[in-house]
Amino acid sequence: MRMLKFLLWKELIQIYRDPSIIMILFIMPMIQLLILPLAADYEIKNINLGVVDHDHTEYSRKLVNKVVSSGYFRLKDYSPTFQQGLKAIESDKTDLILEIPPHFERDLVKENQASLFVAVDAVNGVKAGLGGAYIQRIIQGDNQDIRTQWMPEQRLNPQPVIEVTTADWYNPNMNYRVFMVPGILVMLVTMIGSSFASNNIVREKEMGTIEQINVSPIKKMQFILGKLIPFWMLALVVLTVGLLIARFVYGIVPLGHYITIYIFATIYLLAILGLGLLLSTYAQTQQQSMLVSFFVTMIFNLLSGLYTPIESMPAWAQMITRFNPVSYFIEVMRMVMLKGSGLADIKYQILALVGFAVFFNSWAILNYRKRSG
Amino acid sequence: MMETEKVISAKELTKRFGAFTAVDKITFDVQKGEIFGFIGANGAGKTTAMRMLCGLSLPTSGLATVAGFDVYKQNEQIKKHIGYMSQKFSLYEDLTIRENIRFYAGIYGLDEEQIKEKTAKLLRQLRMEGQDKTLVRALPLGWKQKLAFSIAIVHDPAIVFLDEPTGGVDPITRREFWSLIYEASARGITIFVTTHYMDEAEYCNRVSIMVDGRIDALDTPANLMKQYAATSMDGVFLQLARKAVRTGD
Repeated sequence: MRMLKFLLWKELIQIYRDPSIIMILFIMPMIQLLILPLAADYEIKNINLGVVDHDHTEYSRKLVNKVVSSGYFRLKDYSPTFQQGLKAIESDKTDLILEIPPHFERDLVKENQASLFVAVDAVNGVKAGLGGAYIQRIIQGDNQDIRTQWMPEQRLNPQPVIEVTTADWYNPNMNYRVFMVPGILVMLVTMIGSSFASNNIVREKEMGTIEQINVSPIKKMQFILGKLIPFWMLALVVLTVGLLIARFVYGIVPLGHYITIYIFATIYLLAILGLGLLLSTYAQTQQQSMLVSFFVTMIFNLLSGLYTPIESMPAWAQMITRFNPVSYFIEVMRMVMLKGSGLADIKYQILALVGFAVFFNSWAILNYRKRSG
Repeated sequence: MMETEKVISAKELTKRFGAFTAVDKITFDVQKGEIFGFIGANGAGKTTAMRMLCGLSLPTSGLATVAGFDVYKQNEQIKKHIGYMSQKFSLYEDLTIRENIRFYAGIYGLDEEQIKEKTAKLLRQLRMEGQDKTLVRALPLGWKQKLAFSIAIVHDPAIVFLDEPTGGVDPITRREFWSLIYEASARGITIFVTTHYMDEAEYCNRVSIMVDGRIDALDTPANLMKQYAATSMDGVFLQLARKAVRTGD
């Protein structure tokens, strides 16, 4: 254990002297947490709207007004013909055309029904899908208004209408920040765990100092602990910085206990650091370890449920996410933060992470050899 | 007599990498307190042989003991009793001189009192007293190598293995380096050194010359010069090295 003390002491001095560590500890979490949640949310705003109005009546203008005043659309083009409207889409001026046919008002008033045409530029799938849905909802709302206005009370609802009311539990305002910030925090901690630890060991290989360690009586276990502990601490510091930012910048206070988050993070980091360690036993140069850990963390992050819900992935991808430690942490973070889950609620995730930790670390220890064959 | 005590003993020690035989059945003994030179062209197998003795590389066949321990089974025991300075410079560049001494002394199990004592002695010996807070990165190569050697023997090992310790430094620094080696030897530390400087070979008590993975000659420098009718070790080496079929790297 005395040797471990010296290993840790040396590692901490090196970390302290490395200017990039300060960057990683403070600048990276700040940038990620201050910029990403504000910029990268799922709400689609500022959809550029093109209108082709063949009707030119009070009703058609009212409808356009209603769409624009929803806040999701910006009226960018007002063309007399559909062809010209399409040109605006082609030149990227607009994302969506709302075509109001001639006699829109007349049909509506006289025949009680009228049709509208919406054409969407589907190059950006998300924007198109959501934009189309928004405009439909707005028009439907408008429809209701007209019905109430025009039809006598008793004739209202000639056919039964099922209205769906939704209640958003646990995140009542559907605040994306509450949803994204814990996830981004997980990503940060994961990056530090997997790539920085592995890079550190590979650097010792490149410098030749690892040979000096291998020729000393230091035990494998001590060496690995000497690398695990400092980065484990570092990652917990970043987590703390992140949680402080979440609390004081976004006002995100977990419903559960911070201690639950830390207990889970501790186990999670053992797993992720084990993975980093494993990578380092295979890589010979820092480029190799960087590339591989970049690749692995990218897959992990994209399949983690941070950006896209796991439930909507194909079955085979859902299977993969079960082998992705990141997805468990994101799940747990959201559970603890938003639902106030305690240790008993996340025991399955804890168990899974203990499994990952044992698996990666034993593999790493087996594969780290003080003597070459 | 102390001189007859063997600290390294190798018998038909062999290392093969696939079809390539890097070290081919070498047999030799090193006595306690000796300065034992391992001479050979680049690629002759010196470093591989040394790595097997240090427990860094597993031999393919043959027998060897170092400080009384078997290289196959007791390699971790060997590590407690040896010092090693590799060809590749191996101090931590981002630690100071003092921190490097402390770290290596610490991992070899010295206590705080001993570390303090050793550090003071070592800094005095290397005349680096005022510079103990300098980062190793900032030191000239010759200084680094002298420091690396002193750190390699900070725990007073039975044997120290030096792999081309003076590569790339000027003649004056090489001389200073050798005076450190003599000093260590006088303290009873056995020196096992590889080099391709022939003048350094003459500083050794005994020299073995490796050609293509084999030991072709092993004796005192004086005897070798007599045997090969040469006036210097250079002459001896050239006669032997000419037979080499392997080309250097």
